[in-house]
Amino acid sequence: MQRGDRLSGSAEAEGEGRANRFLLHQRLRGGGMRLFVTEGAPGNLPVLAAAGRAGARGELLISTVSPEERVVPFLTRPKLPVLKLDSGHYLFSTSAICRYFFLLCGWEQDDLTNQWLEWEATELQPVLSVALYNLVVQGKKGEDVLSPVRRALIHIDHSLSRRSCPFLAGDSESLADIVLWGALYPLLQDPAYLPDELAALQSWFQTLSVQEPCQQAVESVLKKQGALALRTYLQKQPQPIVPLERPVSNEPEEDELSAHTLSEEEIAMAVTAWEEGLEALPPVRPWQNPVLPVAGERNVLITSALPYVNNVPHLGNIIGCVLSADVFARYSRLRQWNTLYLCGTDEYGTATETKAMEEGLTPQQICDKYHAIHTNIYRWFNISFDFFGRTTTPHQTKITQDIFQRLLSRGFLFKDTVEQLRCERCSRFLADRFVEGVCPFCGYEEARGDQCDKCGKLINAIELKKPQCKICRESPVVKSSQHLFLDLPKLEKRLEEWLGRTLAGSDWTPNARFITRSWLRDGLKPRCITRDLKWGTPVPLEGFQDKVFYVWFDATIGYLSITANYTDQWEKWWKNPEQVELYQFMAKDNVPFHSVVFPCSALGAEDNYTLVSHLIATEYLNYEDGKFSKSRGVGVFGDMAQNTGIPSDIWRFYLLFVRPESQDSSFSWTDLMLKNNSELLNNLGNFVNRAGMFVCKFFGGCVPKMTLTPDDQRLLAHVTLELRQYHQLLEKVRIRDALRCVLTISRHGNQYIQVNEPWKRIKGSEADRHRAGTVTGVAVNMAALLSIMMQPYMPTVSTTIQTQLQLPPAVCAALPTNFPCLLPAGHQIGIVSPLFQKLENDQIEGLRKRFGGGQLEDSLELKAKVSKAEAPAELADPEQIKLLTDAVTKQGSVVRELKAQKADKAQVAAEVAKLLELKQHLALAEGKPLDPPKGKKKK
Amino acid sequence: MAAAAEELTLLEKLLGLRRGNKYSAQGERQIPVLQTNNGPSLTGLATIAAHLVKQANKEHLLGSTAEEKAVVQQWLEYRVTRIDGHSNKDEIRNMLKDLNSYLEDKVYLTGNNFTLADILLYYGLHRFIVDLTFQEKEKYLNVSRWFSHIQHYPGIRQHLSSVVFIKNRLYTNTH
Repeated sequence: MQRGDRLSGSAEAEGEGRANRFLLHQRLRGGGMRLFVTEGAPGNLPVLAAAGRAGARGELLISTVSPEERVVPFLTRPKLPVLKLDSGHYLFSTSAICRYFFLLCGWEQDDLTNQWLEWEATELQPVLSVALYNLVVQGKKGEDVLSPVRRALIHIDHSLSRRSCPFLAGDSESLADIVLWGALYPLLQDPAYLPDELAALQSWFQTLSVQEPCQQAVESVLKKQGALALRTYLQKQPQPIVPLERPVSNEPEEDELSAHTLSEEEIAMAVTAWEEGLEALPPVRPWQNPVLPVAGERNVLITSALPYVNNVPHLGNIIGCVLSADVFARYSRLRQWNTLYLCGTDEYGTATETKAMEEGLTPQQICDKYHAIHTNIYRWFNISFDFFGRTTTPHQTKITQDIFQRLLSRGFLFKDTVEQLRCERCSRFLADRFVEGVCPFCGYEEARGDQCDKCGKLINAIELKKPQCKICRESPVVKSSQHLFLDLPKLEKRLEEWLGRTLAGSDWTPNARFITRSWLRDGLKPRCITRDLKWGTPVPLEGFQDKVFYVWFDATIGYLSITANYTDQWEKWWKNPEQVELYQFMAKDNVPFHSVVFPCSALGAEDNYTLVSHLIATEYLNYEDGKFSKSRGVGVFGDMAQNTGIPSDIWRFYLLFVRPESQDSSFSWTDLMLKNNSELLNNLGNFVNRAGMFVCKFFGGCVPKMTLTPDDQRLLAHVTLELRQYHQLLEKVRIRDALRCVLTISRHGNQYIQVNEPWKRIKGSEADRHRAGTVTGVAVNMAALLSIMMQPYMPTVSTTIQTQLQLPPAVCAALPTNFPCLLPAGHQIGIVSPLFQKLENDQIEGLRKRFGGGQLEDSLELKAKVSKAEAPAELADPEQIKLLTDAVTKQGSVVRELKAQKADKAQVAAEVAKLLELKQHLALAEGKPLDPPKGKKKK
Repeated sequence: MAAAAEELTLLEKLLGLRRGNKYSAQGERQIPVLQTNNGPSLTGLATIAAHLVKQANKEHLLGSTAEEKAVVQQWLEYRVTRIDGHSNKDEIRNMLKDLNSYLEDKVYLTGNNFTLADILLYYGLHRFIVDLTFQEKEKYLNVSRWFSHIQHYPGIRQHLSSVVFIKNRLYTNTH
């Protein structure tokens, strides 16, 4: 056979491959090897590409069967594609089939290839199937698709760039490339899911995609429909379960670190640092007021998104901005960076006006009232603002008008007549948030007048289909009015230049990059910056006296004016981009205003403004797998958290532990209880308490003499590694991941005490007693270190430990990068007592009921029915009316039952509120005017 | 030590590898990592196991023909995806049912040759098999026969408990 090939004149190097292919050819013809596929199964892609690569494509007998067909007799669940071999064996694993084609050609797999294939099966597939399901079956877009797979994509990208090889397993293509390419193709063929910053992944993907076997496989599997070709198949599959978020040690970047075995040098360095003791600590910055940037120092300006004044913030709002920013601010101060942390309430706008009307107060009175509520909530949560201001101040007017004048004189603003929605029944122009309708882009039924919650695109209220006044449900009419526009297209080039400089090497979160990039990709459009309102910053221009600036032009200027209220030298922070590093914290829905709108205003104003260096955006926190909802009484709101009897540090800990850092996460009562009882009580609290108790009980409260054995030295090195990782993560603002390091150190500590049993040794020989002393001394020093590391997360508990251990104030205020002996032999500690309390099941169940978690599904269902009924076209739909009537009846009996049981008043009130809401919807659906509640009751 | 690392140590002894390797564990699922002397670390139970087999010059345990090699790898993948991690009762029952049906006409997982697939499935299934009642053991008769056979294979069981299977059937009506 080989000879035959050579005679036909092929190159020598190709001889072997060809001969093998010829063998394969024979095999395929001789045997009844048959590939069973079904339309749109994702596994078809890699299998056909591998067959093509191995030259088997033409010879393969392919049978197309239905997705339910159980081709493999011994598997309960149907699995496709499947290769049936002539021996009767079945290959039902996609990579095993691919591997078989390669093996027939004589291509063996090395360790690295095997590792990639194992990773593909165990790590990539679970998250990829979620992403594909979201994209193809549920029609989701953007972050909902990307966030489940982001870590996996980053892992591939980093591996490729770290080894600087073009292929996964080295310089030449392997089975791993084909299998991973085939798995990822349906997703990555849409450039939206192949982020630019993953350059190595991008180039790998493109290299493979242009190869002939791959192209052919794509053509026959996806049939030019892209990922949608998988739809019919995936619809029939069970919805994949989102794999649990993994702790940081599973992060690709940390591969080397977690596989780390301690070297002699590391141990030696840890011992040296330990012995240096307190001398090695950095000097503590003297306290200043006001804090101002200092040349030559690291000047960190931190802002948290300004909460809207008339909403009481819920836990999702709190973790989304103020708490996350607080952890970073506290960490930044522990590092002795010159830090200023600011926030305040955002007070202007229609919502305030309306609220004022409702409560019979002036807008200013409403703002005063709610500003105080916010202040108290954040004080209770121990948020360490240097200043918590507000936007309704003269400084706000002055700075906003100054930026406006500069933009105007530089030609970045223009006037235009705007068609606006006006509700004749309410006789007012409708602000965006008072209009609802069908999204012109994605068809979502409940799009708001300014933005669609589903596709995230900004909307001009007038473009909404089937608009409705949210107050009276009347269809508004279009009237015209003159307005000012910010000419974003003119500023686009400057914005891109600035982003190009800023993004590289910065710590912007991936979702912030993604959202910003998608805005730029769609092209910027002019945005209206004025509104026909009274409660706002006045527009200083002839003909606009009765108008104010729209909040999204001036709310972000609030950061500047709040600083100006803090210090008259505010420009040292805000017009000093060379010396100031600006970190801005927010939830992802706020990103465009901070990454596009404000930077454009600031760049256009040409006044050397400080622009954001690191934009840190969180995903959303859900409540027990649903959404927080004030109107439905579902969820925990800032002011209620105080009444649960759970200390604020426990709330802080749990919210930070589940911080929606790279994907949405959920608040769950049971989980809160578990984390409190396992991580805080049994792990952290147990360790710190035992370490302190041993000092008190066995050594009279005096830290004993320590003589380090090799085991102790290794422990110090382990602790140092975790401490270093904690620093690395927090420098990148990976708050949730860094918390794991704290818990890991205390786990090390518990293990150390358990293995060395100081309580037994203290009763033994002289040597044993000395050993007990060393172990106790090292443990109590670890507790001291932990108290400082915990400070950003649980400031009160941290102070409690530091008081118990009598840690000197200078030591408490600075976190070193190494682990020195903080409590030397002879140091006298104070009185030690337990730090945490157990949360009991009954208590948690009670809270769950109180905050509506249990009724969530019910109310979601109702909501779905109700929202359908709200659409005007369906007003007279008898089916909708029947559904609503049923819902009212059902809710009515819920209320009666509760009353009969003499249930908690608040609970009854919540249910009654729901009933009334339903009745209103029913009345609307029937087209009746609203009856007074009493009349309804009699009916 | 994490379960996977322990299992790899058992495998080293079985293969007659003298120098004990050091393993660390990665992440919540405690995936084993092997730091090799001359190269980058290797991650994953199946990957490391195959590496050890090659190190011990016992390549026949990975299969001799293309077909056998693919079948071995398929069962190794089955081990790390289906047997590990999935621990709800229904999943386990389904898995045992499938395996029972598969093993009906086979001595070993690849058919007639003992391979790494048998070793890793034995280690992976041990924790489930020890908990089976006699009735269940008879229900999954082919799995029991295979398991009993493998646990008596020289050197494989080591400190793991020996699972007792009764030769005389106790439950005649179970299927």
